[in-house]
Amino acid sequence: MPSPHTHGHDVGERLFVHRHSVIHRLPAEVKTVAMVAFIFTVIMTPPNQFWAFALYALILVGVAVLARIPARVILPRMLVEVPFVLFALLMPFFGTGPTVEVLGLTLSQAGLLAGWGILVKGTLGVVSSILLAATTPARDLLMGLERLKVPELLVQIANFMLRYIHVVSDEMHRMKLARESRGFTATGIRSWPIIAQSGGALFIRSYERGERVHLAMLSRGYTGRLPQLATVTTTAGDWFTAMSLPVVGLLIALTALWIGR
Amino acid sequence: MTPSLRISGLAFAYPDGYQALFGVNLEIAKGERVALLGPNGAGKTTLVLHLNGLLAGGVGSVEVAGLAVEKQNFPEIRRRVGVVFQDPDDQLFMPTVRDDVAFGPANMGLTGADLATRVDEALEQVAMSEYGDRPPHHLSFGQRRRVAVATVLAMHPEILVLDEPSSNLDPASRRELADILRDLDITLFMVTHDLPYALELCPRSVVLSEGVVVADGPTRNILLNDELMRANRLELPYGFDPRNVPA
Repeated sequence: MPSPHTHGHDVGERLFVHRHSVIHRLPAEVKTVAMVAFIFTVIMTPPNQFWAFALYALILVGVAVLARIPARVILPRMLVEVPFVLFALLMPFFGTGPTVEVLGLTLSQAGLLAGWGILVKGTLGVVSSILLAATTPARDLLMGLERLKVPELLVQIANFMLRYIHVVSDEMHRMKLARESRGFTATGIRSWPIIAQSGGALFIRSYERGERVHLAMLSRGYTGRLPQLATVTTTAGDWFTAMSLPVVGLLIALTALWIGR
Repeated sequence: MTPSLRISGLAFAYPDGYQALFGVNLEIAKGERVALLGPNGAGKTTLVLHLNGLLAGGVGSVEVAGLAVEKQNFPEIRRRVGVVFQDPDDQLFMPTVRDDVAFGPANMGLTGADLATRVDEALEQVAMSEYGDRPPHHLSFGQRRRVAVATVLAMHPEILVLDEPSSNLDPASRRELADILRDLDITLFMVTHDLPYALELCPRSVVLSEGVVVADGPTRNILLNDELMRANRLELPYGFDPRNVPA
């Protein structure tokens, strides 16, 4: 059990918000499955059943309250969604079929509904993943994926990314300092080749580091598998608690489908 | 008694034709501490990579506590030979210190309480017990070097091989590491350019030059042999005189 106050605040760990809550205590793989299942129930809900989405949102607010994750943590993180929102906002202008007039603009009804669907489902999905990341340390998340039988190679790659992102970004920073110490300033398109060359050099250095890391791994008996180090016991109670989320979601989705049939 | 390490007639050329080793002979008794000295390009790293079979395919043989370094023995050889590489960021690749120290023994098949004991012991040997749950990038360079030593100590090796253990350390970290290494009850083979460090830790030194052993004897004698030192681009730091160091 990691001591509570040694968690880092950098790339690998900065999404995690340290709290003691039911949600934090659940094993990572249980939470992951529950979240993915919940997102599926949201996706299968017809966009015209507005009440259903209000309920979903309410459920997520409930999870956030249980996990003691404040809105000021969640809202800024929702910015990752912005590019998709822009796409959703364009839909009403390009839809076909019956149209409506809104403030002098002719909008497609089908497009409007489709845009709304993308926006609301996307937002609920993003908030779910924010909650998962805020309540589960990145390392546990990866070990959870391993226990869920996600291909081991993918999990290993993600593990190494988490470990080496600092090493590589430090190296990148040192190269930037070295460039600037010799009078280089990034000014428009003419400095691009220099930056591209630095990128290439960084790639080669990282590749060589990869080889050295591999030697170090072989030296300690690596045979292609990372040892399973944490023993996590998942109880039926954990699954019951976590799966209540998608089960309620499923009930809402089925009701919405039945009403909208 | 079987020596910890026996190298006979080891020669090796890289696939591009560059020959790095030309018949190296070396024997290290159990519990001995030996420094490997030599200029850049002498073949020191190449030699180290042969000790646990990361490089092979030349002529000659390497034996660790009587066991030949050959493919069918690799799992046991890699347990017996603990190599600490120069850059701790290469050595520490797991998300936390504890996971990293557990990597070797877990590959050997240890689990549960046995594994936890191994990890605790190894971290204690390098005075890093409090840092088990930290990610490696939150440690100072000296602390990372010490954890790197712990990662191989946890495998209970026959011989500890260190590549430039004092490089990039500040003087206090360098001394702390020396204190730790001196207290270990283990055969030690240390590649270094840091001659005072060799004198401090290793009673015996071996000089490798152009792929052959050109000298092998008490460290003090080697450092005092001006002719040998000059011929092999070895130099003592300014003002350092081995005669002033108590034996």
